[in-house]
Amino acid sequence: MRKQKGMTLIAILVFLFLFLPLCLIVVTSFGTAAAIQFPIKGFTLDWYAKALQSDTFMSSFKLSLGIGVLATALALVVGIPASYALARYSVKGRNFIKSFFLSPTVIPGIVVGYTLFQYIVIKLGLPIFQGLLIGHFLISLPYIIRVVGSSMEQLDYSMEEVAWTLGCTKIRAFIRIVLPNVSSGIFAAFMLAFVNSFNNVPVSMFLSGPGVTMLPTSLLSYMEYNYDPTVSAISVMLMLLTMGLMFLIEKTLGLASIA
Amino acid sequence: MKKHIEFDLENEYTESVERRTRSVYMNKNVPYFIVAPGMILLLFFLMIPLITSIMPTIFSDQGVTFSNYLEFFKDEYNLSIFWRTIRVSLIVTFISIVLGIPTAYYIAGVGKKWRGILMAMTLFPLLTNSVIRSFAWINILGKTGVINTLLLNIGVIDQPMNLLYTEFAIIIGSVYLFLPTMIMTLVGVMENIEGEMLEAAETLGASPFTAFRKVVLPLSIPGTIVGSVLVFTGTLTAYTTPQLLGGNQKMMMSTFLYQKANTLGDWQAASVLALIMIVVTLIVMKGLDVVAKKVDRREANNA
Repeated sequence: MRKQKGMTLIAILVFLFLFLPLCLIVVTSFGTAAAIQFPIKGFTLDWYAKALQSDTFMSSFKLSLGIGVLATALALVVGIPASYALARYSVKGRNFIKSFFLSPTVIPGIVVGYTLFQYIVIKLGLPIFQGLLIGHFLISLPYIIRVVGSSMEQLDYSMEEVAWTLGCTKIRAFIRIVLPNVSSGIFAAFMLAFVNSFNNVPVSMFLSGPGVTMLPTSLLSYMEYNYDPTVSAISVMLMLLTMGLMFLIEKTLGLASIA
Repeated sequence: MKKHIEFDLENEYTESVERRTRSVYMNKNVPYFIVAPGMILLLFFLMIPLITSIMPTIFSDQGVTFSNYLEFFKDEYNLSIFWRTIRVSLIVTFISIVLGIPTAYYIAGVGKKWRGILMAMTLFPLLTNSVIRSFAWINILGKTGVINTLLLNIGVIDQPMNLLYTEFAIIIGSVYLFLPTMIMTLVGVMENIEGEMLEAAETLGASPFTAFRKVVLPLSIPGTIVGSVLVFTGTLTAYTTPQLLGGNQKMMMSTFLYQKANTLGDWQAASVLALIMIVVTLIVMKGLDVVAKKVDRREANNA
């Protein structure tokens, strides 16, 4: 059933289109020439060494990791209780509150970055780190509300009520009954929000400062003046990290949970 | 002894009633307290910055004015960027639909194991940084890139072509960026189309292609609309890809905004662009939402 040569051909071409460019990056990362070329001449791992020894890239990688984890954790702290309240109780204006929480996805990233830059950096004069944290918190929150929210909505709350009648306090029941039952949703939301924050460009572009840049932004500014395989090498390492993350998700929740 | 127990039970009972009344009373306000921190943070760091940036473009000393926006649309250079952004977004959405539907249909039809692999292969580019994905196309389209090297070597051209920093480059880079989104959205829809319906169509004499056209395509319209909103607004607001593949020669609204704000320090113009981008995004979202609802109603009426 459902076998059609035309469709199969298009599907094959689409996957080639999606993967050949990435394979090209992998190949060029091993070239010995100072500029990226294809086909490559020779074989070297120097570009990997150069990337790993670069202070700029390593410190921006650490900052990206740190901001990603912190901002997502902050979004979880704010977002999990909120999505519980929205799913559990009859809240007036529920749809409005929910779309308010999702509003960072409606406003273009570049606009979020620009207005935040004007407000936090120029007007309030907050340090760069705090600015980046707030910006990344904003873009992470909708993922938490959406993914954790849908687990919360599917939860059977009679369990929680049983715990209440047995004398469990509300907070204890929430921690002991509700949270463990939505843990896979929380994990999936964390992964999605973290990857999204780690990969984000427009918000980081505006909020980065001298010496404090996120990895994608420092890659961008490096590419402005250089065209060498260092970028290829970094790309390959990041793709390996992505694969590792996907493998981790597949082994724990199954990839369908974040698709 | 017995009496004592009864007494205790009664006590317990009143206590639990009390607790329940208290909790009913709390139910009214507690959820608002729980959602408040998030709402306050969003208000302070999303809404207020947005309003303080955009207010000056609408309110001046003379009161409400739209002159900033009228002037923006009077300028031919601005207009060319505006229309390029819309045009590129439309073309990218169209290509994503044309390539996405057959691919999603194919993925939904293969065995469970292969479906998992193909879904992972669709997800992988989505989780890969947009800088990397645009960088891939610099390697392909650049002056010393794969295409030019290949064509020069076999002698088709004797001068490298300008493929990079063109609208074509932005389009192909954006399709590359957003096609996986379209496929992911559509696979879910395609999986819900029951195989029996197709079999029925084919038993009744429809060729596989006719069955696809008459059964699958109409049923996948709502999913296609959802995917189109994501692809269109994504392309409209993407920054990395137009920056790397279009450069300063072929600007899109987002790169234009960045240039105005950061390089030129023209905040008035940047804020005007910001509001235009928000309004266009909202119009597309609302507009296609209305279309999707109409399609749904028609489906319901036909059923």
